[in-house]
Amino acid sequence: MAEYFAIFKNGLWNENPIFKLIIGLCPTLAVTNTVVNGFAMGLATGFVLISSEIVISLIKKFIPNDVRIPSFILIIVTFVTFTDYFLGAFFPDIADALALFIPLIVVNCLILGRQEAFASRNSTRRAIFDAVGMTVGFTWVLVLLSAIRELFGFGTLAGIDILGAGYTDMIIMILPGGAFLTLGVLVGVLNLLDRKVGSDNG
Amino acid sequence: MDSLQYLLLLFISTVLINNFVLIQFLGICPFLGVSRYVETAFSMGLAATFVMTMTAFATYFINTFILEALNLEFLRYMSFIIVIASLVQFVEMFIKKVSPVLYKALGIYLPLITTNCAIMGMALLIPMNDYNFIESIIFGFGAGVGFTLAIVLIAGLREEAQYGDVPRDLKGMPITLILAGLMALAFMGFAGLAVV
Repeated sequence: MAEYFAIFKNGLWNENPIFKLIIGLCPTLAVTNTVVNGFAMGLATGFVLISSEIVISLIKKFIPNDVRIPSFILIIVTFVTFTDYFLGAFFPDIADALALFIPLIVVNCLILGRQEAFASRNSTRRAIFDAVGMTVGFTWVLVLLSAIRELFGFGTLAGIDILGAGYTDMIIMILPGGAFLTLGVLVGVLNLLDRKVGSDNG
Repeated sequence: MDSLQYLLLLFISTVLINNFVLIQFLGICPFLGVSRYVETAFSMGLAATFVMTMTAFATYFINTFILEALNLEFLRYMSFIIVIASLVQFVEMFIKKVSPVLYKALGIYLPLITTNCAIMGMALLIPMNDYNFIESIIFGFGAGVGFTLAIVLIAGLREEAQYGDVPRDLKGMPITLILAGLMALAFMGFAGLAVV
């Protein structure tokens, strides 16, 4: 069990997709203007990641080595299409807000990278722990980033007013420039924490 | 509607006002990954522009005459990603045969383009915006030029930043993101140029 927990923990800090592996940044920057969007994006990516890691780790013996990348992409795109239609049917508001970035989960390097690096050479149970760990790791950075941006940009958190009516919104936090700046500073701070606290605590 | 003027405005708006990288956040991975030197950044931009124009051409036909004609829109993501992957493969083989010099310059960047979300994003934006054939080509080409512009500019800044006194924890990715943020703010100034 400790072994599985270590795999799970890996995604949270030591191999965190965003600030350690530096992959999957397009949605990270684009949809994190409110907490709800950031969280929904994390869940949608997580769903695709977990399902495709399960399927690929189950059928890895049947996929010829030469065509493994196209096969992975086909499996991933199936789940992405499913997610897109599901969100469109049950959560149209979120589907509108995330718009283009739901189909773009297909080309999120995080998903394909984990299939290639992990699911295609590990057992299904290990793959599930890896996928869940990566999902949580991806989502917490997304939620943190969107919380910072929403708090300063709108004065709210998940739509609830925090800073009061007297607060003047910092429009820059919502604009594209603010996304780059906030993520840059956030990654810098996380690097500092990593160095000071030591990665063994991760 | 003066169509030539409209097309020019569409091009300018795609390159500058709605810059793919800095305003729409598409293609961030190569933007951060292959922007260490101006020269390589330019080659990457060139390869991407080439593939984007071709993709706009191919996906327009597939979307209009196959997917929409046969009501197969739910296969859009799947068919687009296959088209892009095979197109990249095809372009690579073609360049290798026709121009070995160009292949040397672009060779290693071409496979990376398959997972460049700017290409897929561009292909998906065409049906979303209902562009016709000419508009699609201009849009694809403009998206590539905008990508090249952004990646070459950031590479220039990064070459300078290497010699700057950057705090230890901000070295590498964080400082690049902050530079990109400042560039994105500057690009917002273009918003006053035109409205398409």
